Amino acid sequence: MNIPRNELLALGAGLACAAVLAFLPLVTEGFWLSLSVNIMLYAAICTAWALFSGPTHLVSLASAAFFGVGTYSVAIFIDVLPFPALILIAVAAGALLAMLVGLATLRLSGVYFVIFTLGLTELMGQIVTWVQTNFGGAIGLYVFTDLTEAHLYWLLLALTVIVFVTGWLINRSRLGLALRIIGNDEAVARHVGVDTARTRIILFAVSGAFIAVAGAIMAPRYSYITPDAAFSPMTSFFVVIMALLGGTRRLWGPLVGVVPFTLVMDFISGHFPNQTAVIVGIAFLAIVYVLPDGVTGQLESLFRRRRPAEQSLLTSTVEEGR
Amino acid sequence: MLRRSFNVLMLSAALAVGTFGGALAQDPVRIGVSASKTGPLAGGASGVLWPNIKLWVEKVNKAGGLKVGDQMRPIEIVEYDDKSSPEEAVKNIQRLATQDQVDLIIPPYSTGLNLATAPLIAKYGYPQIVSTGNANDLDQFVKRWPNTFWLLGRAQGIADGIVGTLKDLHDAGKIGNRVAVVNVSDAFGLEMIKTGKPALKQAGFDIVYESSYPLGNQDLAPVIASAKAANPDAFIAYSYPPDSFALTEQAQLQKFDVKAFFVSVGGNLDAYRKRFGAAANGILIMGGVNASAPIFQAYRKEHLEVTGQEADWWASPVAYASLEILQQAVEHVGSLDKNALNKEIQSGTFKTVIGDVHFDNNINNNNWTVGQWSDGVVHGVRATGNLQGAQQPVLKPAWPSN
Repeated sequence: MNIPRNELLALGAGLACAAVLAFLPLVTEGFWLSLSVNIMLYAAICTAWALFSGPTHLVSLASAAFFGVGTYSVAIFIDVLPFPALILIAVAAGALLAMLVGLATLRLSGVYFVIFTLGLTELMGQIVTWVQTNFGGAIGLYVFTDLTEAHLYWLLLALTVIVFVTGWLINRSRLGLALRIIGNDEAVARHVGVDTARTRIILFAVSGAFIAVAGAIMAPRYSYITPDAAFSPMTSFFVVIMALLGGTRRLWGPLVGVVPFTLVMDFISGHFPNQTAVIVGIAFLAIVYVLPDGVTGQLESLFRRRRPAEQSLLTSTVEEGR
Repeated sequence: MLRRSFNVLMLSAALAVGTFGGALAQDPVRIGVSASKTGPLAGGASGVLWPNIKLWVEKVNKAGGLKVGDQMRPIEIVEYDDKSSPEEAVKNIQRLATQDQVDLIIPPYSTGLNLATAPLIAKYGYPQIVSTGNANDLDQFVKRWPNTFWLLGRAQGIADGIVGTLKDLHDAGKIGNRVAVVNVSDAFGLEMIKTGKPALKQAGFDIVYESSYPLGNQDLAPVIASAKAANPDAFIAYSYPPDSFALTEQAQLQKFDVKAFFVSVGGNLDAYRKRFGAAANGILIMGGVNASAPIFQAYRKEHLEVTGQEADWWASPVAYASLEILQQAVEHVGSLDKNALNKEIQSGTFKTVIGDVHFDNNINNNNWTVGQWSDGVVHGVRATGNLQGAQQPVLKPAWPSN
């Protein structure tokens, strides 16, 4: 394989960061660990979301559907199977759901795709409710495990690393190239021989499976799983907001959004519990107004402005081809 | 230019809020609250939980503070919004326990958030007196987290209450055995119908009409029309606030006269009285209170004075009672030692606005399950356990013509 030196460097740096972060639970186990679990959760989900939605520009609001499917994979089978097996079930369930949705939405784009995925979350919640009432017994399911916050943190960290490595591999593959072409112009992609259907479905399945795993990991923290909580549409919205704040052009873009967003939200809810909604609303407006391309987009344009001469044709073709 | 002025605006806003925060009173008891101020649960929490916290704190502080040993210490509330989300709720509890290091915790609103935060609250040993949640199979939960206390009892008891009331009326020869039953197809309605329906059959009732409708359904006219066509003697709705109101309204419009008309959550709100006035007379609701108890009447008056809103006829006094229990446990123990508090709450008896409360294996088995509107007041007509003050249910008069 012919890997550029700067990418290898980035990979090494990323793994080193992950290794350092793995020690966090040994340093703190209270509030900061909880906050880190939330950051790590959204880091994993947002990056997984951007794997598909970044290059294709199809905004998916189905994150909560995948998340909930993962949560229920654990809730339903927790008494009969060990936890690692449940993670595998979540992978399968998430990927399967994504493939079905992918098939159903092949011809949808733009706002139609957004609406479909939003409806999907509600549909899944209703299906689970229906199944639970007719076959499953109680609506709420208990999930009792011996997993502590530290365990959840490590699992989410590992998931985030896997998502990143997968994203990196996809970017380097023919699949990644095909995706970027689809994102720029789907008609062109079809004309140059890209199997757009297959590419979209594969990527959606990968993304969905990862989000389902995140849901599975979080199930023990909920303790009591109900459809409302597992399929909460807020999850989908937060994922989109954070990913857009960071910017979706780079693999690490969503991460740049998740960390400050979570910290700022936490600061706001910690200091102004009664004005949270107002302040968050203003913050959203400010994000869209001040950072329309996300943090990474802003950084890149700053970088370019300073060194316009060095901008190579190669890096700009894909990014600015539109 | 516009962007710069926006930035300046933001900066000045940040500075303005940054200058808040004053000097603290001497050595207060710090009590942490994490509950919903935004999100889907905010409506319920701001109707039931937050006003009662406000009332309680104001009352205790006015009386000189919380009695800890031989000291009177003022209460200081540290409050956070959980945005109706479990992740946020868990994080808030962590913040309260490890950053703010509060002395006591008032648990969140709703069953789901209470169950989600229970492992953490237990980890730090705080008593968790749940006033706004209940579930089936609570016993296994209590076994795992013995610091949780369940004021509303088990879910089963609540669903079966109305069945018992109907059976009493039937046995007395006052109503026939034809029942129409509908439910909102949401977690709550489904749990209720699951225990309620077999109970109806076992009691010998004939279910002549049965239907469910999705949460948020605006048009319930067909449901009432079909129920009316089945010509039942009694109507049961396992419903939520919006549909409790809509069903009542439709029944009134279509002159759907039954001898017993029951709605669930929402029928206990003061807004229900405001909406239906005299037409509410005789309507049966889920929950209830002992409306003739002077202690409850005094509580209602104070609630209105301090919070500017009326207490409801089921959940409000229970939420207030949970705070009274916390207060009395501290007074009995004489310290803020969490283990001692848990032991005291497990074994002690507490005088509250809902009467004397004693937990049996951490669960309060004495709960109002059915109440009945009568001239703007709800009287409890049925309870689990040994609650006193239940009145005889009366048959519902025909809807007034208007």
